[in-house]
Amino acid sequence: MSGLLAPIGRAFLDALAALGRLALFAGTAIGHMGRPPFYPRLIARQMIEIGYFSLPVVALTTLFSGMVLALQSYTGFARFSAESAVATVVVLSMTRELAPVLAGLMVAGRVGAAMAAEIGTMRVTEQIDALTVLSTDPYKYLVVPRLIAGATMLPLLVLVGDIIGVFGGYLVSVYKLDFNAAGYLRRTWDYLEMIDVVSGLVKAGAFGFLVALTGCYHGYHSKGGAQGVGQATTNAVVSASILILVFNYIITEMFFAK
Amino acid sequence: MSAPKIQLTGVKKAFGEQIVLDGVDYALPAGESLVVIGGSGSGKSVLLKCILGILKPDAGSIRIDGVETAGARGEAREAVLKKIGMLFQGSALFDSLPVWENVAFRLIQGQGMERKEAKEVALGKLAQVGLGPPVAELYPAELSGGMQKRVALARAIASDPEIIFFDEPTTGLDPIMADVINDLVVASVKKLGATTISITHDMASARKIATKIAMIYGGKFIWTGDAKNIDRSGNAHVDQFIHGRAEGPIQMAVRRP
Ligand SMILES: Nc1ncnc2c1ncn2[C@@H]1O[C@H](COP(=O)(O)OP(=O)(O)O)[C@@H](O)[C@H]1O
Ligand SMILES: [Mg+2]
Repeated sequence: MSGLLAPIGRAFLDALAALGRLALFAGTAIGHMGRPPFYPRLIARQMIEIGYFSLPVVALTTLFSGMVLALQSYTGFARFSAESAVATVVVLSMTRELAPVLAGLMVAGRVGAAMAAEIGTMRVTEQIDALTVLSTDPYKYLVVPRLIAGATMLPLLVLVGDIIGVFGGYLVSVYKLDFNAAGYLRRTWDYLEMIDVVSGLVKAGAFGFLVALTGCYHGYHSKGGAQGVGQATTNAVVSASILILVFNYIITEMFFAK
Repeated sequence: MSAPKIQLTGVKKAFGEQIVLDGVDYALPAGESLVVIGGSGSGKSVLLKCILGILKPDAGSIRIDGVETAGARGEAREAVLKKIGMLFQGSALFDSLPVWENVAFRLIQGQGMERKEAKEVALGKLAQVGLGPPVAELYPAELSGGMQKRVALARAIASDPEIIFFDEPTTGLDPIMADVINDLVVASVKKLGATTISITHDMASARKIATKIAMIYGGKFIWTGDAKNIDRSGNAHVDQFIHGRAEGPIQMAVRRP
């Protein structure tokens, strides 16, 4: 019996230890945020990399999610004649859940992986050591700009995603399901509250931070050449995705639990 | 005799079970060029990284200009790093920055020099290693290995350091380019009057650069002396190494057929 349980226990302890190391890394990085030198150029470059270049993927995923949401809830709700709730379901699901989670996962795949690969390559080719020797702190130069850019740009992406997702639902409802256009839009607005949007943006900020954090962490600690960098990239995406889903629950609970 | 520029006393470093440095002792006077020779994996790079503070030695003392640097942090560490230039084994150029920004990196980021002024200095240093202004705008990935080494050399000497470390400056280059790099190293060191530690397992390079030679084996300096005495060391390990023989006291961990 213990032979079966031991590996599970070990995996659990390993995961806890990894979480602890990640938290320490985050703490060190945050400690460096407040102290100069600052690198506005690098922050701007990361913002463009994360915000601007992720727009197409986020737009596509949220557009199709909004569309499928309208279709699914229409056919589902028709069973108890509640088709009129489609607009509300679409806007609440998009703003509270789908836009932040989908954008977070997409950005984890796109940006988190790239960060891990770039910083990992810098580690195994001694570029990080070279930074130190040239009197530049790698946390301030590499990690802090990415964390700031991640935490600020993902909310912007999600705001755009919210709008595009609602628009996707509108397209399907009006052009395929023959809803009245003005009525659909009114229903979208009527039941929408500030907290729905705000909670989604808070999630986005947290997810952006987590994606950048895991990307930097795994890159920074990668070792052993190309294979190590590949491993770091995989680990970054997997751990970012898991953390996003866990924190999604935690933040939802903070906002909406009674 | 004045105090040594760099003094190592009982420097030890292990990674887990593996003991890499097992008590290195050496005193290097100012203005001398020490070349450390030794097989691959004998801990030469680890030694340099300990002196730089990139790795923390497990025991022992490292003094630069009489100031203890092992475990130095914050401003004390900054003060040490300011004096040192380093050419990394794989060049370690920043591939996201053009060549001139690589060379000017410390001037811009570390010393807060204006970009324009720093670029002037960088172009001067690049000229010193035989690279013209068109190269300055390229990215490291667009350069050959020999050119990358030259850029790395220009970066190492950009802030006119008092101490320079060269980690295998000629490894991976053809013999002619290797000799060009050797000449550049010698010329730059002379110009700056710097104290240097170089690592190599290329004996031609060692003879050219060194005023002092130390051989590292089993985590210790097993022979040290003036470069001119290397052929009369009377040490079987050194003789085997400089003549590149498979037979001798140094046994490589390979299975014989
Ligand atoms: N950061 C590290 N972690 C674990 N082992 C290391 C590390 N750096 C070097 N080593 C080990 O130390 C030994 C000496 O390495 P190194 O100093 O790079 O050799 P060389 O003399 O060829 O420069 C090698 O066996 C290497 O595997
Ligand atoms: Mg080495």
